[in-house]
Amino acid sequence: MDLTLSLLINAIVAGILLGGFYAAVSIGISISFGMLDIVNIAHPAFIILGSFVAYTVNLHLGIDPILVNFILSPAFFLLGIAMYRWYYVAFERRGRESLSGLAFFFGILFIGEVALLLIFGADYRTVHAPYIGPTLEWGAINLPLRLFVPFLVSVGVVIAVQLYLTRTFTGRGILAVSQNPVALQLMGANPQRIKAVAFGLSIATAAVAGAFLIIIQPVEPSIGREYIGRVFAVCVLGGMGSIPGTLLAAIILGVAESFTATFYGPSWAPAVSFGLLLLTLAVRPAGLLGR
Amino acid sequence: MGPLPFLGAALASAAAVFAAGVAIGNEYVYFASYTVAQYIVLATAWNILGGYTGYVNFGAAGFFAIGAYTSVVLHKTMSLPLLLMIPIGGLVTGLIGLMMGYLTLRLRGVFFAIATLALAIVLHTLIINWSFVGGARGAYIIRPREVMLFASYSQYLFAIMLLLAALAVATARWVERSRLGRGLAAIRDDETAAECSGVPTLKLKLVATTLSGFLMGIAGAPFPYYVSYVDPAGAFNLAYGVNSIAMPLIGGMSSWIGPLIGALLLGTLQQVATVTISSSVNLLLVGVLLVAFVTLAPNGIVGLFEKARKKKSDG
Repeated sequence: MDLTLSLLINAIVAGILLGGFYAAVSIGISISFGMLDIVNIAHPAFIILGSFVAYTVNLHLGIDPILVNFILSPAFFLLGIAMYRWYYVAFERRGRESLSGLAFFFGILFIGEVALLLIFGADYRTVHAPYIGPTLEWGAINLPLRLFVPFLVSVGVVIAVQLYLTRTFTGRGILAVSQNPVALQLMGANPQRIKAVAFGLSIATAAVAGAFLIIIQPVEPSIGREYIGRVFAVCVLGGMGSIPGTLLAAIILGVAESFTATFYGPSWAPAVSFGLLLLTLAVRPAGLLGR
Repeated sequence: MGPLPFLGAALASAAAVFAAGVAIGNEYVYFASYTVAQYIVLATAWNILGGYTGYVNFGAAGFFAIGAYTSVVLHKTMSLPLLLMIPIGGLVTGLIGLMMGYLTLRLRGVFFAIATLALAIVLHTLIINWSFVGGARGAYIIRPREVMLFASYSQYLFAIMLLLAALAVATARWVERSRLGRGLAAIRDDETAAECSGVPTLKLKLVATTLSGFLMGIAGAPFPYYVSYVDPAGAFNLAYGVNSIAMPLIGGMSSWIGPLIGALLLGTLQQVATVTISSSVNLLLVGVLLVAFVTLAPNGIVGLFEKARKKKSDG
């Protein structure tokens, strides 16, 4: 097989694997921004926090990073609920969410980044797990396990979230609150409580995605910024609040970035997500699977 | 006070600050005051869009850096005098602001905010990959050895930035009190109602983004000469983005004096903290102050004063 074709195939495979991971990273934003209309630009800060928690536990106790963050996800869920309460009391209740809420999350993003920088320094950190390193080879196709394992778990998380939202009572409540909070209130449900659960879920998924992140690449506090573009690009391209759309858009972004990195060089990759975001906003703001 | 007398007063204050700086005659004073004055321009520029119109721009660092890199390009190709580079830098970023606004301002405000963040990263990537301006390694700018009328080049830069700060504040005050400013305030309070009452909302928003972008660009244009070495990490520093938002929010966004107070306080505080503690701690400080003010005192320091005055007159 000639070299360019195998490069092409591997770029597509790597892109799809990366895309699965981006879906896990962005699903929280699809919930908070897409469904609850909370513009949580600090979402990447929680991803990086998740990475550093996984790193610390992995370093001292040697537990698998993904397992660590699944075990700790209830704690992140509670953190998310606390964040939502703060946001609700200070901004949403007073109808000041647009400008002040944005500035608030921007401040949180910044505090998170600098705090981690002060604690851990600016060095790149890595974790240890048996699947980091080996690569499955299948003809010309390479499947690095470092990407493949997060991909599988990510897709599992996305499916679980989709089932939760469509099959359970609270999950349907979340979908209802995204459509019409007033109508939900008239049905006798409390929109604030449902939104708090949804926001907690979004932060918990961010933390789990943080474990994937530190498996895929070394992490230092400021790389969270690169993910702001990715999560919003995926959320908007997929269509606000659509979970299948999130998965589809994440894979499109993954393949686009992988192509750019393979054929133009990795230094162009950060611009891909933002370029895609600007393009979507200009051409089809409703996204691919938007309502 | 009319706009012209106010401009005179602003210029006179700038001249007084300059005279005080020269009287101290210390290069560090020029260096530190330059930074504070630069933040006055950035915060005032941000507030024209953010405070008056209610649209959040997270990409101040991008506009600032493009102003700086325009100077780098002009320095390398034509070696124009700095005083000409400043308006050119402003025109470039003003144009970027216009295009940016045209792309996203028809959508909800949130999309504009996210798109500005996106723009800063796209521009950052472009500059990293553009070897003519030094790419990721950065570029050295040789300052002219001396300038006419000034004792040193840093004194000259200090004077220029004070002049720009005075012009920016006077412009913001003029906008605030003009027909344009009232239109922008109408957009901020209720865009649909403004549109229905015949305010040309898209046009006014585009004017505001262009003007705001222009002022951010002129703040960045002298930057290469100030540091004499520009690299993307320094010029696109997130600190510019955060400070441009934090300063107006902490000072108060409803009038020209808020960003001025915010920039003076926070800018000075950061200079002191950088010297006495460390530069990461001072960034943490900005973040904490931003979150604290936005939660507890949404109208900033100006708002706190007004509240106290109201209480006094009521009681």
